Amino acid sequence: MSTEKTPVAVEQGRRRSPFHSRLSALDRLNTWHAWKGYTSTDALYDADLEYFAIRNSTGVFDLTPMTKYRIRGADSLDYVDRLVTRDMRKIKAGRVAYAVWCNDQGQVIDDGTLFHLRDGEYRLCSQERHLAWLTAAAIGLDVQITEETHDIAALAVQGPTSYSVMKNMGFPGIEDLKPFGLTHFDFDGSELMISRTGFTGDLGYELWIENAKAEALWDALFEAGKLHGIRAIGTDALDLARIEAGFLTAGVDFLPADGIVRSGRSRSPFELGLDWLVDFKKPNFNGRRALAEERRRGSNWRLVKLDIEGNKPAHHSYVYRQSRGRRKQVGFITSAAWSPVCKQNVALGTVAMPHGAVGEELLVEIYYQREMHWSRVMAKAVVVEKPFWNPLRRRATPPAVF
Amino acid sequence: MTERYDAIVIGAGHNGLVCAGLLAKGGKKVLVLEAAESVGGAARTRTFAEGYSVSSCAHLLYQLQPEVVRDLGVKFELASRSVSTVALDTDGKHIHLSGGNAEGVSNADRDSLRDFHRRMTRFADLLQTYLNKPPPRLANGGARDLATLARLGLDLRRLGRTEMREFLRLIGMNIFDEVEERFESPLLRGALSLDAVLGTHLGPRSPNTILTYLYRLCGNHGAMSTPAGGMGAVSNALAQAARDRGAVIQTGRPVRRVIVENGRAAGVETEDGESFASWTIVSNADPKTTIMSLVGARHVETGFVRRVNHIRMRGNAAKLHLALDGLPAIAGLEKKHFGNRLLIAPDPNYIERAFNPAKYGKYSPAPVLEITFPSFRDPSLAPTGKHVLSAVVQYAPYRLKAGWDDAARDTFLNTTIDTIAAYAPDLRERIAAAEILTPADIEREFRITGGHWHHGELTLDQFMFVRPVVGFAQYGMPLEGLWLCGAGAHPGGGVSGACGRNAARMILANEKAA
Repeated sequence: MSTEKTPVAVEQGRRRSPFHSRLSALDRLNTWHAWKGYTSTDALYDADLEYFAIRNSTGVFDLTPMTKYRIRGADSLDYVDRLVTRDMRKIKAGRVAYAVWCNDQGQVIDDGTLFHLRDGEYRLCSQERHLAWLTAAAIGLDVQITEETHDIAALAVQGPTSYSVMKNMGFPGIEDLKPFGLTHFDFDGSELMISRTGFTGDLGYELWIENAKAEALWDALFEAGKLHGIRAIGTDALDLARIEAGFLTAGVDFLPADGIVRSGRSRSPFELGLDWLVDFKKPNFNGRRALAEERRRGSNWRLVKLDIEGNKPAHHSYVYRQSRGRRKQVGFITSAAWSPVCKQNVALGTVAMPHGAVGEELLVEIYYQREMHWSRVMAKAVVVEKPFWNPLRRRATPPAVF
Repeated sequence: MTERYDAIVIGAGHNGLVCAGLLAKGGKKVLVLEAAESVGGAARTRTFAEGYSVSSCAHLLYQLQPEVVRDLGVKFELASRSVSTVALDTDGKHIHLSGGNAEGVSNADRDSLRDFHRRMTRFADLLQTYLNKPPPRLANGGARDLATLARLGLDLRRLGRTEMREFLRLIGMNIFDEVEERFESPLLRGALSLDAVLGTHLGPRSPNTILTYLYRLCGNHGAMSTPAGGMGAVSNALAQAARDRGAVIQTGRPVRRVIVENGRAAGVETEDGESFASWTIVSNADPKTTIMSLVGARHVETGFVRRVNHIRMRGNAAKLHLALDGLPAIAGLEKKHFGNRLLIAPDPNYIERAFNPAKYGKYSPAPVLEITFPSFRDPSLAPTGKHVLSAVVQYAPYRLKAGWDDAARDTFLNTTIDTIAAYAPDLRERIAAAEILTPADIEREFRITGGHWHHGELTLDQFMFVRPVVGFAQYGMPLEGLWLCGAGAHPGGGVSGACGRNAARMILANEKAA
């Protein structure tokens, strides 16, 4: 056996998405940031206008940097079923599942979407990289895990007119695609996967294709959408939309358990309000024993959605509980925004149990600056149950035509 | 309808038998399923040539815990009560060791050895207390765990300031540095080093070889004996003790898998397709075999599987059996000493050099040996006037780079015989039959992953609280109803019975608590 090492060319510096040529052509602000090794745009021309494209017409977001793995093999169902906390047997081919996966201690490693592409074949899409964990989870099972982050280009096409844009693209049967459904089409001789998923809480689709066809797909999409207000958007607009929808971002609203140094800084699915994703009817899944124990013993934290008075976003604020004149700090805000579409001051936060039950009134300490001087308000905040933004059109099948 | 038992023990190794016996003693209806045709696992006597038999793996008894003997009331005869050690010298200036006494060394060495032995046995006594109880849980422990931990702290403190400091200094250290510092005789240094590395994938310079040395003393302070009829006699006695208490032992019944129903162990299925039901499945197999083969990774969690998969358990000791038509002549060795243990380990550097190739997947060209002539004290093992030689040979790595085929085994056998022949020139002409069991053979024959004596390297990162893996040192596995009772669990390998006894006590205590 030769031990000689063959030099391998390694791409250096920041990667450019296959859509970069199109994005940079539309860019007016030149505000870029690094996202998982890729050049990504904060905003291309105006974050607010981009946000309104999501809510009023169609916004197109380049999500290529999202981590993507392909899972194949005879045991792939058993594999994903043990990996995540929810029951994957219910997710048939052609369906997508939002899921969280935990370590043995029942602490969330990440959340993401599992696309059941076809029988026995899945794509896992998440914020963070997980090859080491996914490989460990494959020990003793007949599955192959392939990293395909850099091989698949992906676009989110989100907003009320997105269905009309899809129709204009000429995808037969797209009207029947239900939320969390996926389907395959031929695009220019390549397989295009379309899923009715997104990170905006609105009607929308995600398009997945090989890199070589990325630009052609973009061009066809913008051609089809030109009369439907299609606009490319950056991360700022998307982030606002996801807070309104109550979606979590790994590294912001919770920390992936495998990166935790201090004990007690990771979260269980219960502590993230994801109880509905945990199915104890499954005899085994990663974290089951610890989570069953947590159910008995009680959780330490609760993720809350807060409706806050006033209009000053409660970025990085402490959350207090006031009772009988005494004020006690019980938590903190992880994501906050003034919601233009809800006309509400909204936030996601973490509070210590038993605080944060739905309907409970808390206080949020908001610091804000006016002409250099800092001021502070203690704003009332009410814990709400439902996402701030959850329109009927998100679920309507077929969606309305514009 | 499948038959239901209170507990099923997979494997009738000595720990499995101890566990089965104690569970039966606790009133349980116990079934033991053994793959081989006879009980004992690696503590078995087998015939390797017509008329010649030998203890097939473990050949000296020094660790059997008095608690085990007492609890089960086992009885077996000893062929030899006090086996002492002879460190062989090519020039015939052998040294003789028995406990803390040495002959053939300088006065300084003799005094040093006495002090060394006194300290080591004191430490070993401390360690032994903890070998005979389940290791306390460090996190989420109960009152009992805290009490054990507190007791451990107190026991350490009670050694006295100097001795506690010595204990803490030595426990992670290598044997090489210690013997270099204390003794001048290379033979003596070599002999002590050998005891620290036997059966492990460690050399005298490897860290924590003081710990492995202490581990060996945890029994009868290292005093060795040989059972009449070979090690199989001990296993047969344990089997009899278990049967006497009502346990059913079936041999020649390899278990194919542990039946898992609704996320808990519910029974076992044998290779011949029969199923037995029980809510308590106790595996005497090593942790890897238990989890990866018998249970299946999919039935337990990923982090646990990853840890089990990473247990270091590649054996590095081979076993040599020679049928001899007479005792060989060894210069300077009186005949009576053939009843003792003969070591070929002329100095610690020799051992370390023997270990070097093993790190890179090659066997030692000049191996280290622990040789016994069991037939010398137990004539039943060989035809009249003839003898068997039984030796542990190090180092023979489990994962030989070139692979363990017949040619490789033959070459290693010859290398080993040549190594002994340097001390016993007429050995070759006396050989009637020969076999060598490499770790690969041991894996196959005794169903031990990696062919490792201890079902997992005996190192600090796989010891006590973290054996077999962190979080599961108390015999219960993270699959309800599944327990581990073999050497892969605390405390480790050797014919001690401690693993089996501790496991049985945990199982019974767990039932009481439920």
